[in-house]
Amino acid sequence: MIVNKDTIAQLAKENRRLDNRSLTEFRSPIEIETNISWTAEGSAKVRIGETVVMAGVKLSIEKPYNDTPDEGGIMVNAELTPLSSPEYEPGPPGMKAIELARVTDRGIREAKAIDMKKLCIIPGEKAWFVIVDIITINDAGNLFDAAGLATLTALKSAKYPVVDKETGAIDYKQKTDIPLPLTKEPLPITVYKINGSLLVDPTSEEEKTYDARLTVASDSDGTISALQKGGNMPLTIDELSKMLDIALEKSNFLREELNKALNV
Amino acid sequence: MAYKKRLDGREIEELRPMEAKAGVIKNAKGSASFKIGKTWAIAAVYGPREIFPRFLADPTKGILRCHYTMMPFSGSGERIRPGKSRRAQEISMVMENALEPVVDLSAFPNSVVDVFVELPQTDAGTRCAAISAASIALADAGIPMKDMVSSVAMGQVDGTVIADLNYGEESYPAIVSDIPVAMLHNSKEISLLQMDGEITKDDLIKAMELAKVATEKVYELQKKALKEKFTNE
Repeated sequence: MIVNKDTIAQLAKENRRLDNRSLTEFRSPIEIETNISWTAEGSAKVRIGETVVMAGVKLSIEKPYNDTPDEGGIMVNAELTPLSSPEYEPGPPGMKAIELARVTDRGIREAKAIDMKKLCIIPGEKAWFVIVDIITINDAGNLFDAAGLATLTALKSAKYPVVDKETGAIDYKQKTDIPLPLTKEPLPITVYKINGSLLVDPTSEEEKTYDARLTVASDSDGTISALQKGGNMPLTIDELSKMLDIALEKSNFLREELNKALNV
Repeated sequence: MAYKKRLDGREIEELRPMEAKAGVIKNAKGSASFKIGKTWAIAAVYGPREIFPRFLADPTKGILRCHYTMMPFSGSGERIRPGKSRRAQEISMVMENALEPVVDLSAFPNSVVDVFVELPQTDAGTRCAAISAASIALADAGIPMKDMVSSVAMGQVDGTVIADLNYGEESYPAIVSDIPVAMLHNSKEISLLQMDGEITKDDLIKAMELAKVATEKVYELQKKALKEKFTNE
């Protein structure tokens, strides 16, 4: 669909959107599936409207970093696959993929959502390291929120693989029923500012029009664990305050969707 | 002792359970999901579109380009580092060779049709699943095609020729050969053929005869997936 940016901007000003949603309404359906990949220690597929993202968790045993000898680690990587949009090309991650990965990473890491000390096996020698890979399947907008939701879901579904007691080798083909030491459930919500209006869950067309955006990772108690402002227009403190209110509310909304999906 | 009973109890010509669906990626011109056992390939087709870099352009016809990628968490061992491995590049090339005989890009000079395949999980036979998915996706995209390409990994385990090797069979402690095969449905010509391991000429010919039967089953499913997509529209 080719849409004039001015149309989207004009509609936003009137609190309207091309698909008739309200400004703070997520697209439907929101679908959350776990254990989509038997080879990953944990995995998820998330759909928000037409946006589809997968995330997979792999665990490995490594030597802890020198400055945190009694902790494991986490790394988040994102691949904006050329399968998912005509705008992406094969090759190493570009700026958009790097930002997506780093913002998702900070949301989890800074909330201390994973108890890094519990990942340690032998201080200074061995600890579990968690690698999350985010893979886009169809980018129809709002990858930040979809990736954050897929990442948290994959982490929640992850189970440690069996480790051979004698050799210390990991048997990736066998899983224990022990989950990761996840203590919190931070989820990022990105609020977009278009022509003075604030909205969530943008489509690809809306994403091309925004003036500023703010990604807010927050937990159910309202603790904010990561922020990322994007776009080349500034925000007023009043706007920031409104954006935070929206983000905190929508974060709870997605957490409810997640818990509904996991309890079924 | 010859390999009489298969590890997962299948008959020698029996494929693992399969699932196929066309039109799974909205942004793509054509797309498909193809599962065989625990191997899963998702394919998307973009184009015909302008080719970059430009020197690759062929003024007489369009070019088919395949890109095979295992997701970093899709291997049965450690995480696979993202980025094109030599293996992925070779598989991408043989995929192109396997599909080129059926696609007619003469109407699209100077352009490219890109096929991207991503695998969320694997258990042997990944290039075959990738080709079977790609063939559905190309047809879904409306790319002119003379025929469908259907692909299955044939094998020989300890003297027994079987269809659709799984990982356990690939690594069976005996003389094993892994023979990925793609066939054109109408002509039964072979458009992908590779082999790792050891095999006699007789067994190889036997494997090709069995491949006709095996790829026919894949073809029926591919056809069904496309029919479902277009009757639902």
